Amino acid sequence: MTAADTRVYRLDEFHKFKGGERSFLYLVPAGAIFEVDDAVAWILDRLNGNEVPHDQLVDELSAKGLLFGDAEELIYEMREAHVIASGETVLEPLENPPADFPLQSLVLNLTNQCNLSCHYCYEFGEDKVATPAGKPKFMDLETARASVEFLLEQSTGRRAVHITFFGGETLMNFPLLKNVVAYATERAAALGKSIDFSLTTNATLLTPAIIEFLSDNRIGVTVSMDGPKEMQDKLRVFSNGKGSYDIIEPKVRALIQNHRTRPITARVTLTSGVTDVIRIYRHLKNDLGFHEIGFAPVTTSPNRLYAINERGMDSVLDQFHTLAQEWLEFALRGEMHGFSNVSDTVAELVQGVNKSHPCGAALGLVGVGPSGDIAPCHRFVDSDTHSLGNISTGIDREKQQDFLGRGHIDTKYDCHSCFARPLCAGGCHHEAFVRYGDTGHANLHYCDWIRNWTNTCLEIYGAVSAQNPEFLRIFAERKAA
Amino acid sequence: MKHLRAANKKARHIDDMIVMRKTAAPDGDVVALQNPTQPQARPHVPMGCTLSFSPGWEVDSAGGTAGLCQPVERDIYDCYVTCFWPAQVPDHLNNSMDWANKCAAATKDWRNLDLVFP
Repeated sequence: MTAADTRVYRLDEFHKFKGGERSFLYLVPAGAIFEVDDAVAWILDRLNGNEVPHDQLVDELSAKGLLFGDAEELIYEMREAHVIASGETVLEPLENPPADFPLQSLVLNLTNQCNLSCHYCYEFGEDKVATPAGKPKFMDLETARASVEFLLEQSTGRRAVHITFFGGETLMNFPLLKNVVAYATERAAALGKSIDFSLTTNATLLTPAIIEFLSDNRIGVTVSMDGPKEMQDKLRVFSNGKGSYDIIEPKVRALIQNHRTRPITARVTLTSGVTDVIRIYRHLKNDLGFHEIGFAPVTTSPNRLYAINERGMDSVLDQFHTLAQEWLEFALRGEMHGFSNVSDTVAELVQGVNKSHPCGAALGLVGVGPSGDIAPCHRFVDSDTHSLGNISTGIDREKQQDFLGRGHIDTKYDCHSCFARPLCAGGCHHEAFVRYGDTGHANLHYCDWIRNWTNTCLEIYGAVSAQNPEFLRIFAERKAA
Repeated sequence: MKHLRAANKKARHIDDMIVMRKTAAPDGDVVALQNPTQPQARPHVPMGCTLSFSPGWEVDSAGGTAGLCQPVERDIYDCYVTCFWPAQVPDHLNNSMDWANKCAAATKDWRNLDLVFP
């Protein structure tokens, strides 16, 4: 007599989805994806809302024609994989990342100045968290070099590290950027590490010489851009109110044409009235030639004029689905579609990530402001409230632990019953602060939307996994966020 | 696995783990200190403590610490015949003479060592 005889089974925690006509399970506490056969599907139906003892389940499977040994094996597999459970289940807390988690990425805010005055800007707009008064407006060489040394020193055990240049408008401090690239490349090589760079820019200050430098040094470029002229010019304006489209359009074309070493990405901020996702995508992808386009709804407190209302978000999601279907068609032909909202999620699904925190902020990534103040990420740079120390004195471990403690999934009770939590983990710390005044609050305002989108990405993943699994290899190497 | 096909990296980890566990211990069986990555029983080397003229807890027969009285399943068995160590095992002289008859190689057959009720 074995112990299994007395077990009574019920369903464990998973999310069921279809992909390419096949059935899959997303095992939520692990982040694992399994394709399942009809026998598993039968048990899932049988246990739906019911608890069934082991022997009875075996008998019923035998009555369906399964041999005794096969039925036992089927139940064993499902039990061990935690698809079904018996006895009490306790939510196992996710382990805390180690306190000395090595840095991988540094975001250098080369300046907090910008030549545009985009209404929704999280650095200057109505919801800003930055308190730049009395602080330097441009980072100096000494601070930048100290930051590079800090990254190299704090990235123990990592072979490859990364620096992102950010602003304000990054290119307003291009001389420093050039200097940092040369310095960091040399220092990293001396320590036997590899280093790469990227930058985010509004494209207004791009020149042929700058483009050549970016291409020669394999610097990844993300252009913040909201779409065709009438959408770009709505909120992305100069301080006199004039739109920026006409200025950047020829520069963006030149960038895409002449920067050949890295894919060029557009990053679109969706706002009320700028929700025509498909048209924006077609313009940026087909007319201008960006390689990848990523979309994100504006971060805002709910009452701002440019905040997208629920109906607007539904329409955004519908259009995301249309582009996602296109992405799938491309993937099944073995081609890469440029809609990076799908690509990024698929990359995480390939690994089966299960996040304790929504992103790497204050873990593998920190932001450094012009003053040398360290922030959890670029969005918190120059904010006294969220500072984690200064580059000259290092990270204040107590503040870091406080930030990470708040942001941990275990403290976000609303998330504990959600199937999207391995990927979402409650969502952006900064967005949570703007919405709820607490970086550790779950972003409850977009839960339904995230669940719907996660399900769509799972369906796409399933279809590709069933019909063109080789294609997923491309993502195995891609860094999970 | 037969009915669940791992479709991402995390699932493959789980799959490997289950297969490993299954090979090491059939369903419902007791798992002691066997090494699950080496399910094949290694030969039983009788290095009971008495053979080395020193209690096996400190040094082994070779004077080192590599062959001390572990794993416990071998230790229990060895205490039965070869060792003076007063472990709580059945008495092989009078009451339980056949206690270990089904246990030819302790690392493999230790499951056959059962409780006795004198």
